[in-house]
Amino acid sequence: MNQIINDFSIEVATVNGSGSQTANSVLLRAIFQMGIPVSGKNLFPSNIAGLPTWFTIRASSKGYIARRKYTDIMVVMNPETAAADVAKMGPGSMIVINDSIAVPEIPADRFVYSVPMKSLIEGITTNVKLRRLVVNMLYVGVLAELLRIEEAEVDRALTAQLGHKPKALELNLQAVRAGWAWARANLKKTDPFRLERMNETAGKILIDGNTAAAMGAMFGGVTVVSWYPITPSSSLIEALIGFLDKYRRDENGKATCAVIQAEDELAAIGMVLGANWAGARAMTASSGPGLSLMGEFAGYGYYAEIPAVVWDIQRVGPSTGLPTRTAQSDVAMVYQLSHGDTRHPILLPSSVKDCFDYGIQAFDLAERLQTPVFVLSDLDIGMNNWMSDPFDYPEKPWDRGKVLDDESLKKVENWGRYKDVDGDGIPYRTLPGIKDPRGAYFTRGSGHDEMAHYTENPEAYSRVMARLKKKFDTARTLVPPPVVEDDKTAKVGIIAYGSTHWAIVESRDQMREQRLPTSYLLLKALPLTQDVQAFVERHERVYVVEQNRDGQMADIIRLEMPALAARIRSVCSYDGLPINARTVSDAILEQEGLPPTPGMAPPAERASETKKAVEGATR
Amino acid sequence: MSTVKPTPPVNRLGLVRGDYEGSPTTLCPGCGHNAITAGIIQAAWEDGLEPHRVAKLSGIGCSSKTPAYFLSHAHGFNAVHGRMPSIAAGVHAANREMVLIGVSGDGDTASIGIGQFIHMIRRNVRVVYIVENNGVYGLTKGQFSATADLGSTMKNGTPNELMPIDLCAMAIELGCGFVARSFSGDQKQLRPLLKAAFSHSGTAVIDVISPCVTFADHEGSTKSYAAVKEHDAPVHDIDFVPYFEDIHVDYEPGTTREVKMPDGSFIYLKKLEADYDPTDPDRALMTIRAGRREQKFVTGLLYVHPDQRTFAEEWKLGEKPLASLPLEAVRPGRAVLEEIMDGLKTGSGG
Repeated sequence: MNQIINDFSIEVATVNGSGSQTANSVLLRAIFQMGIPVSGKNLFPSNIAGLPTWFTIRASSKGYIARRKYTDIMVVMNPETAAADVAKMGPGSMIVINDSIAVPEIPADRFVYSVPMKSLIEGITTNVKLRRLVVNMLYVGVLAELLRIEEAEVDRALTAQLGHKPKALELNLQAVRAGWAWARANLKKTDPFRLERMNETAGKILIDGNTAAAMGAMFGGVTVVSWYPITPSSSLIEALIGFLDKYRRDENGKATCAVIQAEDELAAIGMVLGANWAGARAMTASSGPGLSLMGEFAGYGYYAEIPAVVWDIQRVGPSTGLPTRTAQSDVAMVYQLSHGDTRHPILLPSSVKDCFDYGIQAFDLAERLQTPVFVLSDLDIGMNNWMSDPFDYPEKPWDRGKVLDDESLKKVENWGRYKDVDGDGIPYRTLPGIKDPRGAYFTRGSGHDEMAHYTENPEAYSRVMARLKKKFDTARTLVPPPVVEDDKTAKVGIIAYGSTHWAIVESRDQMREQRLPTSYLLLKALPLTQDVQAFVERHERVYVVEQNRDGQMADIIRLEMPALAARIRSVCSYDGLPINARTVSDAILEQEGLPPTPGMAPPAERASETKKAVEGATR
Repeated sequence: MSTVKPTPPVNRLGLVRGDYEGSPTTLCPGCGHNAITAGIIQAAWEDGLEPHRVAKLSGIGCSSKTPAYFLSHAHGFNAVHGRMPSIAAGVHAANREMVLIGVSGDGDTASIGIGQFIHMIRRNVRVVYIVENNGVYGLTKGQFSATADLGSTMKNGTPNELMPIDLCAMAIELGCGFVARSFSGDQKQLRPLLKAAFSHSGTAVIDVISPCVTFADHEGSTKSYAAVKEHDAPVHDIDFVPYFEDIHVDYEPGTTREVKMPDGSFIYLKKLEADYDPTDPDRALMTIRAGRREQKFVTGLLYVHPDQRTFAEEWKLGEKPLASLPLEAVRPGRAVLEEIMDGLKTGSGG
């Protein structure tokens, strides 16, 4: 039998709140430390303890880090879901099961390892509560033995997780070793899965997008944060609080940023607008329901032209939806958030590195454009751990935009808050506290003219609205441009954004194997830049791939380039799970009239297929 | 014959009263709010507030239009309905050197914005929060607000049958350090209250009964001019001596209470019928309740606690306003990024 090395996915089925997070992190990090490209995704319920939860780990020698559609190795730890967890495993897959869990008979062509976890854990501690938490470390030991994870790397990963709690570390280490020793003495390895040291992760980091965003905000010079807790954005602000506490104090130990937990999202965005208006760099982070509540002030910020940075870590809607599952379904809402003619620039991070960079850039853009800027991340990027190159220190100073102080106001003859002096639609603002009485103005969400005076005059109203549109066109030239990868032989183009990117990288390889070359445009922001239209013009058919039901970005693109609308096709994945490459490939191949990718091949066959594919590629 | 143009009086900054005025009012002639605007102008001028150090904030409603009518040399922020307190919190967090004058109404504060009102007080945001309270929605033409008194009638005779929300009682209950009630027709009381509020280091709530001449000045309305005049029950006479005026006031012992503000200013409260202790929150609440039973508007400085923990103390902020911190103060150095990155490589950070 062919071995499958460094190219499979592991799924651990446990109960929420059972402490499996630490065990799964140790597995993930140990594989990472062996130099093997790896990704982990936590598929968890909206619950503190008791409901089923799954953690998937994917090792990929080729560096694919999207979720795999199929699971190769299942660890069964939850009696409630055990039957279903086992049933979805195909021939040739591997199952590690706690032997006290009863499941229907498993066909003989699966590799099953039954582990007496109850008796093993009883030998480690008499404390029943601890047993429940530490039992997860047994499967770490068993998998380490079966998959050949290096002992030193497991130890290192565990120390990194629990080094600050020596007692817990010792207990967990004991459990790992017990699982390991038992497996070595009692299991005969028959499955094909193995991990082998590579050198593909040297110098790389593992981090979740929310932590990366928090880090970006800190280096971006955030000075006021107001937020209301909501999954999956809370961890962004909590990470930020940790960073600020450690790295952002003045010489007297005083805080250089105020973090205010608001009473709701209406207040959170209000404080952000108030603070930015007064000259701070203020931000908030939330998710769909919170964004809905922010609508009124978002329109205010647009019309009164106040900078703000708002992170939306998207989760599944509508309404409360699936709070702990991922989606890209806030795009249409946020693009036009609020009543009246409103448009907002949106940044679309597709990696943890983007989260860091946009954490900084969003402030520059908001202050340059004097408008709220939204950053649409999602639960998949935000809360899962991703492998990445280290982040780069911001080399450019900050851009505070067109702000007049007493000195610069002196040189301006007839300043008006909403005058378009430079022809880019962006006016000059002053901050409260300016001494020159000419610098004072009245900010309002009601009709105003160039001098910020109240007006209901039809011409004045239209003029201001037309200028805001011009400003939005200026935004097109300032937002990050898309990343384009043209294939000269391709008639088909793909447009994707955000976390969908990683499935596209893999899907393009899959489709190439099915004789469908594709070009690719990774969208980084709204409004659309000129590059997008040019890309569509270069291709006969363009598939917009996204994680929502309605093809929201496809619609935005069609609306912005009506003459090319017929070329735009939509591929949507909206089951709340991170999108996988196979689903994308099959959807596009079907529309192209081509056969789908090879189905759920048993891993044993898959190994030979991979071999064939590799041979085919070299031919 | 030569005429000498009289020199207009100036305040301690050398500014004339006109420097504190704004654009002409667009409210109904006789509106109580205009009197409050005049009170703010006079108090700010007499107190010598630096106009550029003031930010005027408001929500939506008749009252919230008024910041355009005073201190045109100060920045103004006319926010969305009921949401001015969050703007105030943001501005105060960003720049604590600004004196914030917030003007709201009873619809703005007691209904749509009651949550933000409550949480502003909890955080002790430094703002002089003036409620121009007439018991009706003026701009939408006369519906009851949540402060309309039980039994008060609309113009068409419909009585209000819901209990009113007493914003002063609520503020005291929430631990607000400065709570006053006044009447737009009593400038003698309103002005020193405003000045005292300017000196307060946290949230100062002044609920000013301000009759609506168009929708609530009829017989049957409990907040008509006639009704308020008849039922106004001040708990004391109030005098304010700012820190920069070296005046020592001698009162007959036992007739007057004095309250020292953190900036060195003094409030003098002269006993009327009964002695009133404004530092006792229980007494304040009892007095407000008794007033309601007797259908009286109890006015004056109802509760004061000048040494409340400030917002800056609570958030451990330094001297310099956050808005004026330079890049070096808010962007950690290269070594910090490297330290964090190293932690993430070995798996011990993040």
